[in-house]
Amino acid sequence: MKYVDEYRDEASARRYLDALGRITTRPWYIMEICGGQTHTVVKAGIDRLIPENVQLVHGPGCPVCVTSLELIDKALAIARRPEVIFTSFGDMIRVPGSGADLLSVKAEGGDVRIVYSPLDAVKIAAANPDRQVVFFAVGFETTAPANAMSVVRARDLGLKNYSILSSQVLVPPAMEAILGAPGNLVQGFLAAGHVCAVMGYWEYGPIAEKYRIPVVVTGFEPLDLLQGITMAVAALEEGRHGVENQYSRAVTYEGNTRAQALIQQVFEVGDRKWRGIGEIPMSGLSLREEFAAFDAERRFQVEAITAEESAECIAGDILRGLKKPHECPAFGTRCTPDRPLGAPMVSAEGACAAYYQYGRTV
Amino acid sequence: MNDFAGFMGATCPIPLDRYPTVQLAHGGGGRFSAQLVRDMYLAAFGNPALDVLHDGAVLDVPGGRLAFSTDSFVVKPLFFPGGDIGSLAAHGTLNDIAMCGAKPMAMSVGFILEEGLPMDDLWRIVQSLGAAVRRAGVPVVTGDTKVVDHGSGDGVYINTTGIGMIPPGVEIAPTRARLGDVVIVSGEIAVHGIAIMSVREGLEFETALESDSADLSGLVGRVLAAAGNGVHVLRDPTRGGVASALVEIAQSAQVGVLIEERAIPVGDEVRGACEILGFDPLYVANEGKFLAIVAPEVVGEVLRVMRADPLGQQAAVIGEVVGDHPGRVILHSSVGGLRAVDMLSGEQLPRIC
Repeated sequence: MKYVDEYRDEASARRYLDALGRITTRPWYIMEICGGQTHTVVKAGIDRLIPENVQLVHGPGCPVCVTSLELIDKALAIARRPEVIFTSFGDMIRVPGSGADLLSVKAEGGDVRIVYSPLDAVKIAAANPDRQVVFFAVGFETTAPANAMSVVRARDLGLKNYSILSSQVLVPPAMEAILGAPGNLVQGFLAAGHVCAVMGYWEYGPIAEKYRIPVVVTGFEPLDLLQGITMAVAALEEGRHGVENQYSRAVTYEGNTRAQALIQQVFEVGDRKWRGIGEIPMSGLSLREEFAAFDAERRFQVEAITAEESAECIAGDILRGLKKPHECPAFGTRCTPDRPLGAPMVSAEGACAAYYQYGRTV
Repeated sequence: MNDFAGFMGATCPIPLDRYPTVQLAHGGGGRFSAQLVRDMYLAAFGNPALDVLHDGAVLDVPGGRLAFSTDSFVVKPLFFPGGDIGSLAAHGTLNDIAMCGAKPMAMSVGFILEEGLPMDDLWRIVQSLGAAVRRAGVPVVTGDTKVVDHGSGDGVYINTTGIGMIPPGVEIAPTRARLGDVVIVSGEIAVHGIAIMSVREGLEFETALESDSADLSGLVGRVLAAAGNGVHVLRDPTRGGVASALVEIAQSAQVGVLIEERAIPVGDEVRGACEILGFDPLYVANEGKFLAIVAPEVVGEVLRVMRADPLGQQAAVIGEVVGDHPGRVILHSSVGGLRAVDMLSGEQLPRIC
């Protein structure tokens, strides 16, 4: 298939691997931020093709995985209400909360529907004026513009029965949290290409400067990752820091300024709890006061719900790159995709599920 | 803090496979379905013919071996590009009988109809089912109809059951996969599942894709006539796709299966849709394709027969049975890495980004 096969070609992969082998002289720890990249790495077997002393650390960039347990519990509480049509992207509906998941709420009679765009949820709201339609607005900067657009659209249509449960998170604060954490191993980042397609990469210069690390904006195909890794290792070997752009076919320095303006218009930055990591200052987006009427947490008064995370799940260590999934004692035994203890085992883009699905037990 | 015992008990977040209620995933053809079959059905009904867990049972009867299979159809929407629930219900059971190596002889049809279903829709479905079995030369010899309250069904559910006789010299069983055997797929995979997705509510995307739903019994008969006992395993990879079917075979025969990602025929439209949705075509349903695991000496003959048939023109060798990793399927990726291919926990879910 044109524009896909070119990025999955074995001969080209071999050339990058040879180059990487030649330039690597010592161990390096590089984090790929995004769950989509982790999935490609494990699916294509890239982490086992690259030199052994280049260690890939799987970062917290799976929005499903980092959505806090208490927010999922809030979603479950809202979805159980008889007047509610609860809409969500597909991969959220199997993520376990404290006692259930959205699939089981659906099995109990809740009206839970998978949608493919938040604008579809707005359409459902317009078509069902006697029901409350809630969209689970999960994601990084990639989904924020469409989620913001849905709120603007609902307001313009005069809809009183549409709201979003926001779990928008931001990448740069998470990178800083990782770099500043005690015991941090990460020496360089592959930044998430699709986040940068929206946001550009102007935000990463100050981080690269402050921590004196290379940040390579990287795509999602196997060859994108091999090239991104090679660029990061080359910078590390040469003692360079700064931001480079591997994914130039999709990403510019400024990014999509109209999308950024839309995010600004609807959301404001605030503190946000990340599953497995805890609260990261100024790392999430919440609806601005003028859009408060579209905030499901307020509409359904679920702000008071709190939840304790599983004590056995080491998601925090996984998402910060301190441990590999198979190093968890529960991996593949007490924690499987059928019975996940924590979110990284549920989502297809979670590091634990990727390791499990693709047979990484050692 | 939880101690271990407490953790495994009341406070365990969610033992997904121990739900107190049935989940959609229990019908999805992945691990949940396999658990239901193993832990509930086999426990209640287990016997040598059932325990094989093939697409149909093989029974010794006076004068030969009888293949016997049943299947229920609950597809939404009822009419889709390339077919409808009627033709699908005919093809599904014809194919299950064919996968036992048998020539289908007769079928039963049971309808569960929802009150309020337009009679015209039912007529179209019945006509379509009738046309499909006539083309296959297999009579519907018995049937049943029940009607449920409005709101208790999705218009029409259909159950079909079939029987057929297995010719002498043919011996098809998942346990017959052996070291050195070659894995062949009869054509481009994942077409049916993507064609259905393309017309589901909320996801209408423009595609000319039509379901591959087809009766494979004629083609299978010709393959068996040409390669006979050299054909060891046949399987139509419906729900759960090629991946789940191969994992089941690897586990039944306790052999390893190594497949080559680049050799697997996937059409451009299907690949494009899978890229967008975040689906792996290996797990998407097929209704007009089959897997054949054959002895190396008959590979050429099997491919020749398949490719001469409109239903098998894209037939390809996609892998082999190996001595390593018994019970597991390993895929050699397009960039040269290796990964395990496992059953999915539930249905594939479209991803966020």
